[in-house]
Amino acid sequence: MELADDEKAMLDGAEGPAVAAAMDLLVRYGEALGAERLCETRNVAGTMTQPSPVKARLVREGGWNKAFSVINLDSDDEFELPHMRVPTCQLQQGFGEDSVGIAPYPRSMVELQSGAEAFYGERGVNILATCTPYQVGNLPARDEHCAWMESSAVVYCNSVLGARTNCEGTASTGAASLTGKIPYWGNHLPENRYGTHLVEAAVPVAGFLDWGMFGYFVGEVVQENRPVVTGELRQPDQTDLKHFGASTASSGGVEIYHIPGITPEAPTLDAAFGGRAAPEAIGYGSRERRAVYETLNNQGESTGVDFVLLGCPHASLDQIARAARALDGRKLNAGTELWLMTPRALRSVADRNGYTEIIRRAGGRVLTDSCPAMSKSAPEGTRVFATDSAKQAHYLPAILGIEAWFGTLEECVDAAVTGTWRGELR
Amino acid sequence: MTLRIRGRGIVPGRAEGEALVSHETISGWGGIDPATGTVIERRHELHGVCFTGKVLVFPGAKGSSGWAGFFQSTRLLGTAPLAMVFTTLSTKSALGAVVTRVPAISDLDADPVELIRTGDRVVVDADAGIVTVTPTPPPS
Repeated sequence: MELADDEKAMLDGAEGPAVAAAMDLLVRYGEALGAERLCETRNVAGTMTQPSPVKARLVREGGWNKAFSVINLDSDDEFELPHMRVPTCQLQQGFGEDSVGIAPYPRSMVELQSGAEAFYGERGVNILATCTPYQVGNLPARDEHCAWMESSAVVYCNSVLGARTNCEGTASTGAASLTGKIPYWGNHLPENRYGTHLVEAAVPVAGFLDWGMFGYFVGEVVQENRPVVTGELRQPDQTDLKHFGASTASSGGVEIYHIPGITPEAPTLDAAFGGRAAPEAIGYGSRERRAVYETLNNQGESTGVDFVLLGCPHASLDQIARAARALDGRKLNAGTELWLMTPRALRSVADRNGYTEIIRRAGGRVLTDSCPAMSKSAPEGTRVFATDSAKQAHYLPAILGIEAWFGTLEECVDAAVTGTWRGELR
Repeated sequence: MTLRIRGRGIVPGRAEGEALVSHETISGWGGIDPATGTVIERRHELHGVCFTGKVLVFPGAKGSSGWAGFFQSTRLLGTAPLAMVFTTLSTKSALGAVVTRVPAISDLDADPVELIRTGDRVVVDADAGIVTVTPTPPPS
């Protein structure tokens, strides 16, 4: 890999030992990829604050400086962490203060994370604490080179925003935050962004549920490839696309997709394939739609629901408003809990609007920072949960060993109020 | 009879040991337990199997962007595989191999998952980009 002069200087220690270690990791990583060079980035989304047993040990031994050096720079040495060189944010993390007394999650982890927020905040890490940084102030420009983690954010960044990122990891984003560099490889190259597969919907795809199910189908059939989707697609909004992308990255490993006429790099079908002929279309009809619904709903036998989870990826303001309307004046079933996950910045708007209070009066909770899958924590004794998220229905049963139901927001709210799952595909 | 597969060294170094072959892609987050070095994904063919000290042969990485972080943890907790040989290179598997710091080879001229069997004796020479396989039990 060719290094530019400023990169060589960083590697040689001109910017201090932490930056040198960061550049060393980028060189090892870039060589492993077979990248020819690095590129500049001014937009990093990674993870530093989330507690884990390994981190707790490292912090005991040498504070957060040691934890960052070992985990985020993959170094054996311990450095004083300098200020972030480029804008950097923290993605979702563990449960925070607002979960205490609600989520069964160790108090020691909440405290460890509070310490981390103070440490990293002082060094310029923006504690957005969400899997959806694009909802709360980190909206990269078209063609901007980014270094993001979190599969649902990566696919949104590439596809909906037309910015460029690979699916980075903890160490590569840590190194990028101190150098402003990332390997120029994969999705950073224009020729690697064109579609490879065509999926055509023969049934209408409209609304949150259907965009999520269609995404789950697309991910399953294309796996790591680059789908272009067409057909009976109704105009999606930001919330629909958040669900669609997260689903493609759960059943498969999609990092970029195109919707001709909707997403920025695909004004036309032709443009989506870079001028090459489109491959034969893979069909999505009522049979396929039914099969996806059944896959997501074959993880439940008991219709008694004791937990409802909304907001995966973290809820938009629109989703919070809809949940509040559905819950207004109602009371949750005595044995059922409802959590709605959202970024703290949107929670403050929800508080201001009165949505949080309406949800609280019904017995539900608006929580921030994390989710049951990230923190491996659901209400005590949960055996059966219901969700409107294909991603959470995909992951949570395996992570917590519980049953799952998948349906619309309104069906989930109905289950929370009655304690019984009555959803069906319409 | 030994078999040689040529590829590209991803992480330099040389290691020799017993192969553990997965025909399915491997998840980091939700897929492995770094404390015990085992695959924990239910329905995975290697569910409950420990990869510590083995030459891990697999098609590629899937799932969350936490992949590399989970494999880095296996190094920190002493449960890492001895070496990695994988078919498909991605940012997850490349960074994962780098931070696990074990000899690793990918971009091979034949699919290692098809040619290598669990229990085979394997030499991973990532400096030369060559995987040498001695099937076990050896032909008599």
